[in-house]
Amino acid sequence: MRLDLARRWEGLILVLLAGVVVWASLGVDGFANGSNISFLLLDTTEIALMALTMTLVIIAAEIDLSVASTLGLSCAVLGRLWNAGLPIEAIMPICLLVGAACGAFNGLLVTRLGLPSLAVTIGTFALFRGLAYVILGDQAVADLPPAYTGLATASFGPVPVATVLVAVLAAVAAVVLHATGPGRSIFALGSNEEAAFFAGVRVKRIKLWLFVASGVMASLASLVYTFRYASARADNGVGLELAVVAAVLLGGVSIFGGRGTLPGVLMAVLLLGVVRNALILADVANEVLNFVTGLLLVASVLAPNVGAVWRRRTSPQVEGKSAT
Amino acid sequence: MTTRTPWRPTALLAGLVLLTAACGGTTKSDVAKQQSSAPAASSAPADPNAPLKQGLKIAFLPKQVNNPYFTIADDGGAAAAKEFGGEAKEVGPSEASASSQVSYINTLIQQKQDAIVISANDPNAVVPALTRARAAGIKVVSYDSDTAPAGRHVFVNQASAEDLGRTEVQLLAEQIGHKGKIAVLSATPNATNQNTWIDFMKDELKKPEYKEMELVKVAYGNDEDQKSFTETQGLLRSYPDLAGIISPTTVGIAAAARYLSDSPYKGKVKLTGLGTPNQLKKFVKDGTIEAFELWNPADLGYLASYAAAALASGQISGAEGEKFKAGKLGEYTVGAKGEVLLGKPTVFNKENIDKFDF
Repeated sequence: MRLDLARRWEGLILVLLAGVVVWASLGVDGFANGSNISFLLLDTTEIALMALTMTLVIIAAEIDLSVASTLGLSCAVLGRLWNAGLPIEAIMPICLLVGAACGAFNGLLVTRLGLPSLAVTIGTFALFRGLAYVILGDQAVADLPPAYTGLATASFGPVPVATVLVAVLAAVAAVVLHATGPGRSIFALGSNEEAAFFAGVRVKRIKLWLFVASGVMASLASLVYTFRYASARADNGVGLELAVVAAVLLGGVSIFGGRGTLPGVLMAVLLLGVVRNALILADVANEVLNFVTGLLLVASVLAPNVGAVWRRRTSPQVEGKSAT
Repeated sequence: MTTRTPWRPTALLAGLVLLTAACGGTTKSDVAKQQSSAPAASSAPADPNAPLKQGLKIAFLPKQVNNPYFTIADDGGAAAAKEFGGEAKEVGPSEASASSQVSYINTLIQQKQDAIVISANDPNAVVPALTRARAAGIKVVSYDSDTAPAGRHVFVNQASAEDLGRTEVQLLAEQIGHKGKIAVLSATPNATNQNTWIDFMKDELKKPEYKEMELVKVAYGNDEDQKSFTETQGLLRSYPDLAGIISPTTVGIAAAARYLSDSPYKGKVKLTGLGTPNQLKKFVKDGTIEAFELWNPADLGYLASYAAAALASGQISGAEGEKFKAGKLGEYTVGAKGEVLLGKPTVFNKENIDKFDF
């Protein structure tokens, strides 16, 4: 039943995405050409990267609101070390370690102390961003190596290099989530943590690694972000966590955990990116833009629930609390 | 069901491999060397007699939309565009974040605008996108907040440090009849802008017409309202015969005005400096402040619009010494590093303050 509903939602997003693309190609000047598609894909890179791990985290019935702050902290570390004269090739792994440490910090608080991830990551949301300002202050580091800033904006035809990175990691994440034991464990502990625990799933361990993965992905996104904008600042990526969570929910992942698919999330990331790009190209005012995005999100949270309630009313015996 | 998670290191490794690519160690000093050896870009010669083209599409990209200061500036730009037969529009993010302007620049490239007039949230983050815009033949003017020079052809600077420093002394001198003790209420002790202005104030005070004026103290309110308030209080306790205060910061002048308006010094101790009309309107009306100054944002947008049109029409290329006409504001010359200076700041007083809303 649940899988069925998820599939249906994905289908709807796909239809919506196709509809918007067709409308924009026909009706919006400058949408359907290689360089615009390239910008559009590039603009969704960081959100897509962080959404990959956020999907797993939310399916496991947790949330990580500190991703954008982790990104900022990682940018600040990069800037500070670069100013100190370290080679960029040494700085990048350090940034990924910083991300891993941030994730581990979240994960340990959630799993060892049993604190709710919403509260923990709201705390670290402020903590990591604050730390970023302590490390780099309000300065911007911009003299980054052109070889890397060039790579971050380079593309094969209309497909940016960064999008290839997203595609590779998305494939890895999708296989892990949908075709391996750990993936099944994530679904299991998301639908019913206690049952999963008694079935032998190492709940805490998996959750800890999910947070670590989320942190690493945020710092990977920070590298793309820093090179793409050729600017390392403590305020890089402010507010991105909401865009990430929004895309994941729009992609049909249940905020209560246990349900969702990666292809759905990726399509949602793309849908939000296309809508934004097309509306800006069509000179739609920013307020309307935010309104439309908000509407899509409310619809995404509302629709599956309304659908479920409606089906329960029409055929009360079908929908039950059946276990997977 | 296995509990090991070998996929995570795999993902990490994949990211590392893709990002580090095949490259030796690159450090800050390597990049500095490369950049210093890069040749300067040359631009096509400008034709000062070229007429302004009709129907130019000019896009204003402020730090954020729905900000009264930028709304006035961009309306000024639109008024200019109307005069020379162009179309101006304002687009931009609703939050002034560092990189939110980049996706707007990219869409403006797609829309094939003739010129982009930008106030940069991050002087560096917008440069790669603006470089693409310039490669696509779009002229770029920065206003209010400059981008790194590689990103634009011309920067329309709202006010020079020298003008701001000197005119504030002139403004106060007129109000106190060129004599008496004066003090400065600044921002932080190491605020670059304020310190440059104060140096010019001191230089102006050396002129013979100010021989009866004495700068007794520079106080620092750290751009905090409460600290500026108590510093003003302290100034008047130490120098009860103070004739005037200059506060070259919008936070400082408002706090000083609030203190003075409730004190017996109201109207007796003159206060001037840099402020915004909305913030100081009530103090001008109740007589605490006679006059203060700031650049006029509408003129800033107006001039930026004409600069964009002159660039797009080939009248100027952004090189030093080129001249162009900017409607009612008259003729302007491009200065060093592609800067165009708006001119002397606008003085706000009882007579004109109601005409401004920002």
